[in-house]
Amino acid sequence: MQSGNTLTRTVLALVAVLLIGAAGFSYVSSIRSPQFAVIQALNSLALGGLLFLLASGFSLIFGLMRLANLTHGAFFMLGAYIGANILRSYDGVNLWFAMIGAGIAVAVFGGLLERFVLRQLSSNSLGQVLVTLGMSFIVADACLMIWGGDPIPVPTPAAFQSPLRVAGFMFPTYRLVVVLCAVAAAIGLYLLLERTRLGAMIRAGVDDMQMARAVGIPVSKLFTAVFMLGAGIAGAAGVLGGPIMSAYPGLDADMLPLALIVVILGGVGSLIGAFVGSFIIGFIYTFGTALLPDLAYVILFLPMIVVIAFRPQGLFGRMSA
Amino acid sequence: MTIETTSSATPAVEAKSSTLRIAFYAVMGVVLLVLPMFSGDFYINLASQILIAAIFALSLNLLVGYGGLSSLGHASFLGLAAYFAAWFFTRGGVDHVSAAVIAILATSVVAGLFGLISLRASGLGFLMITLALSQVLWGVAFRWAAVTNGDNGLSGMTRPMPFGIDLNGAANFYWFALIIFGVSFILMAIFTESAFGSALRGTRDQPRRMAALGFDVWMIRWITFVYAGFWGGVSGLLYVYYHKYIHPTSLSITTSAEGLLSVIAGGSGTLGGPVVGSILVVMLKNYASAYIERWNMLLGFVFLFIVLVMPEGLVPGTKRLFNRFKGGAK
Repeated sequence: MQSGNTLTRTVLALVAVLLIGAAGFSYVSSIRSPQFAVIQALNSLALGGLLFLLASGFSLIFGLMRLANLTHGAFFMLGAYIGANILRSYDGVNLWFAMIGAGIAVAVFGGLLERFVLRQLSSNSLGQVLVTLGMSFIVADACLMIWGGDPIPVPTPAAFQSPLRVAGFMFPTYRLVVVLCAVAAAIGLYLLLERTRLGAMIRAGVDDMQMARAVGIPVSKLFTAVFMLGAGIAGAAGVLGGPIMSAYPGLDADMLPLALIVVILGGVGSLIGAFVGSFIIGFIYTFGTALLPDLAYVILFLPMIVVIAFRPQGLFGRMSA
Repeated sequence: MTIETTSSATPAVEAKSSTLRIAFYAVMGVVLLVLPMFSGDFYINLASQILIAAIFALSLNLLVGYGGLSSLGHASFLGLAAYFAAWFFTRGGVDHVSAAVIAILATSVVAGLFGLISLRASGLGFLMITLALSQVLWGVAFRWAAVTNGDNGLSGMTRPMPFGIDLNGAANFYWFALIIFGVSFILMAIFTESAFGSALRGTRDQPRRMAALGFDVWMIRWITFVYAGFWGGVSGLLYVYYHKYIHPTSLSITTSAEGLLSVIAGGSGTLGGPVVGSILVVMLKNYASAYIERWNMLLGFVFLFIVLVMPEGLVPGTKRLFNRFKGGAK
């Protein structure tokens, strides 16, 4: 999956992210205050991290199964609600346990969806998209029915409540934790794809499905596994994002478009693309909201248009969607 | 995706079926025209909503059914035209005709730009890009409160008075919508039956062969995209006249999904399909919301049902049964 070309582009893209970030950072710190800029930068990174957790699963599923899973935003929201519910119902349960619980629950749900519904429609990609769209409506409405219309806050773990003080600046600790989790997940996913037998099978499936089948890779089981993996990560990410965003109706509709833009930007099926794209969008969206609250969404057009104009397959994509 | 084949039919049968078709449309036309004389305001308004939804679905069908381009962002054009018209009329201080012209022109221009972006891809990529673009517009409508009034929506829109006829009555508005529907139906039918329409179907089924034959596949798709955006805008104009109000939900994925469901449920790539689908969706929405508040969930289940049980849609399915019956009787 890796080549020298990819490495160059990775470095270039990361430099671009850093430059965009630095420019936004210095501009914001000059017009507002350095402390405000630090907070916004951390918010950008945290949003980028959450977007990566969402977009990487979406991208993996797309790459392997040629399936645009529009339920992915709903997985994120479902995870957030389940996590909030676990934390609310059981005293003394910590966030990590809730994350694992919600991740497993959403993964099982995703596995059932893949096995019993999407499987019926293999070779009908439009039908699959429509089913995932329908499922996203059903899940969103079910969440509204079960948990009501008011946002459910997810408490920040006590250990991360007080900000870190470094060099006279305050760093909200939990944002840092989110970023670390996302980076850890990125490394974990990379190792899974590049260094394990399962990862080799997934890569084979992405590259040439027919051939993978022919050499005896259990592609059908692989589909379920990858779908569950993507769903589980999205569900866990919902809980991880909980202390920042809380669980509210419409969370899915807020997150899915951002994840889609990340995938369009980074290129479908590319882990590194999802990583770079997430942080670009995280920065643009957060600084856009801070500086021009009215037009934050308009600014999202720009990276999309630029990338699609020059590289329709995305920064790191090799296949056309 | 069915391809109409009449080649096996003899000319006599063909002539007979075209007479039948003309008779069918004539009867439908008369029924639609006199409908307000036999029903109460509730049903007349329901019929107006169906006509508006049908124009929307027909325009989306140009892309989905005839072009093989599944757009999940068609609500952009409905919502944009409605917002433009409402904004220019209530805030911009221009009259109805100018507001309508501005709205349709601006929507067509945006359709041209969106086409430039989204037609860089096809298939699922096209679907994702159209969805992302329309979600961005939805976000703008929500957030840019200084212009769009955010979550409160733009109110204060009135219905126009063409030739001095007051459209505030249910029946008058229905006839107005019916005329627009008739014009749009005929113009879209001409579009699909023309040589250009054949070329469009060609790009759907065999894009590479069409390119090899010297057709500009991209240009054919782009023109179709703009044309579909134009009619989507027309439906948006009617939409805002009908409701006299516009809210960001009109730009949301639910609106796009309702349109797509109408197309798929009725049968994509047929002229009657989207109309039948719109009847189904609008009736479901109205009756369901009278009894339960879970329209989105019902919409989701209808999606699942149509895709899993009746993927070809209602109109082709019924047509197939009818043809089989005819074949059996002969």
